[in-house]
Amino acid sequence: MSRLSIITRDKAQATVETLYKDLERRIIASPPGLCPIDLASSFLKMCHAQTCGKCVPCRIGLGQLEKLLEDVLNGEAELESIKLIEKTARSIYYSADCAIGYEAANMVLKGINGFRDDFEEHILRNRCTFGLYQPVPCVSLCPAGVDVPGYIALIAEGRYADAVRLIKKDNPMPATCALVCEHPCETRCRRNMIDDSINIRGLKRFAVENAGEVLAEEKAPTTGKKVAIVGGGPSGLSAAYYLTIMGHDVEIFEQRQKLGGMLRYGIPSYRLPRDVLDREIETILATGIKVHTGVTVGEELSIIDLKRRFDAVYIAIGAHIDKKIGLEGQEAEGVVSAVEVLRQIGDDEYPDLADKSVVVIGGGNVAIDVARSAVRLRARKVTIVYRRRKVDMPALKEEIEGAIAEGCEIYDLYTPGKIEIDDKGHIEALWVQPQIVSTIKSDRPIPVKAKKDPERIECDSLIFAIGQGIESKPLEREGIPVTEGVIDALNWGGIKNVPGVYAGGDCVSGPATVIHAIAAGKVAAANIDNYLGYYHIIETDVKISEARLADRIPCGRVNMRERDVTDRIQDFDLVECGMTLEEAQQESRRCLRCDHFGFGVFKGGRIEQW
Amino acid sequence: MVNLIIDNKKVRVPEGTTILDAAAVNHIPIPHLCYLKELNEIGACRVCVVEIEGINRLVTACNNVVEEGMVVFTNSPKVRETRRVNVELILSQHDARCAACVRSGNCSLQTIANDLGIIDIPYKEDLPYAKWTEGFPLVRNYEKCIKCMRCIQICDKIQDLHIWDLSNTGSRTNVDVSYNRRIEEADCALCGQCITHCPVGSLRERDDTQRVFDALADKDKITIVQIAPAVRAAWGEDLGISREFATVKRLVAALRKMGFDYIFDTNFSADLTIMEEGNEFVEKLNNRENEKFPLFTSCCPGWIRFIKSQYPDMIDQLSTAKSPQQMFGAISKTYYAELLHVDPERIFCVSIMPCIAKKYECDVSVLNDAGAGQDVDVVLTTREVARMIRAEHIIPEVLEEEEFDSPLGVSSGAAVIFGTTGGVMEAALRSAYYLVTNENPDPDAFKEVRERENSWKEASFDLAGTNIRVAIASGLGNTRRLIETIRKGIVEYDFVEIMACPGGCAGGGGQPIEDGVELAEERSDVLYGLDKINEMRFSHENPSVIKCYEDYLQRPLSRRAHSLLHTDHRTWEFNITPKKL
Repeated sequence: MSRLSIITRDKAQATVETLYKDLERRIIASPPGLCPIDLASSFLKMCHAQTCGKCVPCRIGLGQLEKLLEDVLNGEAELESIKLIEKTARSIYYSADCAIGYEAANMVLKGINGFRDDFEEHILRNRCTFGLYQPVPCVSLCPAGVDVPGYIALIAEGRYADAVRLIKKDNPMPATCALVCEHPCETRCRRNMIDDSINIRGLKRFAVENAGEVLAEEKAPTTGKKVAIVGGGPSGLSAAYYLTIMGHDVEIFEQRQKLGGMLRYGIPSYRLPRDVLDREIETILATGIKVHTGVTVGEELSIIDLKRRFDAVYIAIGAHIDKKIGLEGQEAEGVVSAVEVLRQIGDDEYPDLADKSVVVIGGGNVAIDVARSAVRLRARKVTIVYRRRKVDMPALKEEIEGAIAEGCEIYDLYTPGKIEIDDKGHIEALWVQPQIVSTIKSDRPIPVKAKKDPERIECDSLIFAIGQGIESKPLEREGIPVTEGVIDALNWGGIKNVPGVYAGGDCVSGPATVIHAIAAGKVAAANIDNYLGYYHIIETDVKISEARLADRIPCGRVNMRERDVTDRIQDFDLVECGMTLEEAQQESRRCLRCDHFGFGVFKGGRIEQW
Repeated sequence: MVNLIIDNKKVRVPEGTTILDAAAVNHIPIPHLCYLKELNEIGACRVCVVEIEGINRLVTACNNVVEEGMVVFTNSPKVRETRRVNVELILSQHDARCAACVRSGNCSLQTIANDLGIIDIPYKEDLPYAKWTEGFPLVRNYEKCIKCMRCIQICDKIQDLHIWDLSNTGSRTNVDVSYNRRIEEADCALCGQCITHCPVGSLRERDDTQRVFDALADKDKITIVQIAPAVRAAWGEDLGISREFATVKRLVAALRKMGFDYIFDTNFSADLTIMEEGNEFVEKLNNRENEKFPLFTSCCPGWIRFIKSQYPDMIDQLSTAKSPQQMFGAISKTYYAELLHVDPERIFCVSIMPCIAKKYECDVSVLNDAGAGQDVDVVLTTREVARMIRAEHIIPEVLEEEEFDSPLGVSSGAAVIFGTTGGVMEAALRSAYYLVTNENPDPDAFKEVRERENSWKEASFDLAGTNIRVAIASGLGNTRRLIETIRKGIVEYDFVEIMACPGGCAGGGGQPIEDGVELAEERSDVLYGLDKINEMRFSHENPSVIKCYEDYLQRPLSRRAHSLLHTDHRTWEFNITPKKL
């Protein structure tokens, strides 16, 4: 017998390891709407399998909890049983020796808190309050409900124009979304159960770039009804597009010189080239929308007046007001907001940051956008200061990676302190206080002050990107309710007690994504149409081909590639490279067609019109 | 056209054909269970799986289409094993005590299991637990449900009432009443279409046969039975006798053998209904300015349940005339009791209906006007009667034809077509024409209403210078479309006939079941044939009806007619509100 030996994995253990990976991916692709008690019971069974068997609470208690949950599911429990489940779980939590036991019990306790109603429904009526309501994961997770499996099938067949037409049924800005959508559709893609989610956004980009010119759907006969849209961002443009093809007369009122909203004045062109955006807006306007630029609500424009002149009004003014940073010395020259910088860039006025040391405060997409823009404006050094950890940044992972690759430094776990000003009133340095990561609150660890001295970051420019709000005063004056910095609109876009006035997009939700804004525009268009006394159907005659029957062999996902760093930081041109034909064909054929296979063929697999 | 090979046979079928259909037209049957053409093509049971060369996993034949060059094997070893396992799995969650099941011998699961030679199930029985409301006219047996989803589909797509849905998720997925309601709280019309489309015995009517056997055995009871029009076109189906042989007169013979004292015809009271409803309509026409149109027929209780739950603001537009079943019940315990000189309490009135909702209708308290318990005591479906005939060991093949009893067994050809969509309208128009002009039209003058169209059929006729616009809809999805269109003011009608079941009572939810086959049209043809050969084609010429008025009711819409043959729909409560989707 040797004194020590190298531990090697046997075949069984290696197989179990791959099964763990399979399970992880499977949980990612879990469909929403499942019975939470059934899931809790299944999790508990797995937890119980993990027990070493040494201690009573875990070895016996978890098994008894499982049985109690099964009784609830089988309609064999009394209301009293909930108390017994709680008591048992609590005792396991208090007395289990290691986390395998007490965290398993904690999951059960969380469940009783989180879905007690469902426990009661099972016990009293032997029914679950939940039901599978979202059969096609990608479609149901797209706020606009775009027919993803449909257009991927069309791409696989090389019918790119049809793919774009199908997208436009639910989203009139496919080119924009092809580049900047945060693709919530991909998060629970069922393909995860085999290998990895489909690169849906990448495929959309391929379709858009190969579709040629795709005209708007034919307009319905004119209704003579007039709709005013306040704000020419993605939400306003989407509402305008659908209302126009429904036959209504639409006019857009825009504060800035050009349409696009945050797409132009927030997103830099290396992510969304201006020519792409301009073309998309032109296509929408070509349906016959009248545009007035340079008009602001509360100044040249009054909602009350618009209400008088139009049959309905849609407010989609976005959230463009930067939140102030509140630091000592913030009045110093060289301290600006990210919104301001990106707005200038949007109007092709590039601030001079050449050879400057720039500090950006914030961890969201806007912070990253402005940091990467600063790199392109030839800043000497770009530092992103963020109070939590890098992994906690709300910005897209690939954007953060892009920024790092382009030379941005990330100072995580630092809170900004005072601003040091030179004798000319210009910023000289930012003092930052080191933090230590601490306990978890609302799923994110909070930072607390570390027992370290403040540090000084020398800089010529400070750009803060710590969130945006809306200009509420003029709206309130006109009787539009504003709560917690956003317009108080209902989930169908209407505003309580203000008939005929609708609102949506960032000005209602607070800063969110393009696709959320587009979806809000679509919702508003449908409800305004009804309000005007119509029920125009939006649909397309694109026929989607039958699902392929071939086996789905595990295959890697085609990820997007980017231009060479040294090359791309020289200009504001698009960073991301599109898929090749070969890649698009392979990627599109990975789609599992959940509209045909599984629940989708039974219910809700395809919403052909709205 | 697409070329492919199925089981080594070269075949050529049009593009878009499913593998199942491509095989079927080439005499290669692929067993299937959940599939119902155009209604349920969801591949849930996985019994119709086939192997396709070059594809490792099996493919369902019911909802996948052929491709050029495809090589299909419907019975390869892989298919054979998988199909068998799937049927065994279904059986493990199915109460397979077939000997005690109404669908034994007419069950698609039983047939497939038998065909595959399954005599032993390797899996443990794992039946779901759920409780159904005792006594409701519609019965779901959760332990027999195979989750084919057909009931959900028929109620969603054809009847547009969405009563059924999946309940729970995962391993406990079940089919149950939607929105976590109990069936008695739901706005179910009781059309019974879910029953006639169930491939197994999970859905059925409440069985009332024992109550009838008990009444027949009770020496003090005078048992009267009425046979609905559509029953005569279908009753033989469950007994394996041909449509030609299974005449209503042979059904009369079977019922007499069973021991019923008097065997009558609902057609008699259908003629009576025409007298009342026809006069009501003509009266309404004469008072056009003050009346709201259209007038809706009221003989289908499924439709009555539908309008009361879906469009309660329109119930004043229903004809106040009771259905033929209820008119018959009221007459049998008043006029006929007098004729027999018996205490009406002794009369036990049974009706044989192609319908589930009729079981509900006879229980509605405000419909009982004869003052001797329920006007109709028990309603049996066509299927229940066939079961009783079998239980009595009556051999239908040797039955001689026998006549109905008199006087409530006399009826016109107009009455017999009540059993098909458009029939009530046609019968009513024949008599309305007479009421307005005092002369008979050509009995086939209103034949146009027999044509079947999508959603609903409309027609207009000239009644002595008055243009009458009528519409006919069957199936509740069609009905909803028609009513929505009327409510939007897009169409206007004077008289509208609605039947809850597609094709009318001929396709009723209480009729015999042949899986995958819609028989309403074939049965309707029988009824039209019976109308054609009847020497009496007009309700108002029915001598028994005339005599009943002369001796008892006086005239249509008289006080007595009103108290016995009409109802106030506002007192007939049905406080069920539908859940919006």
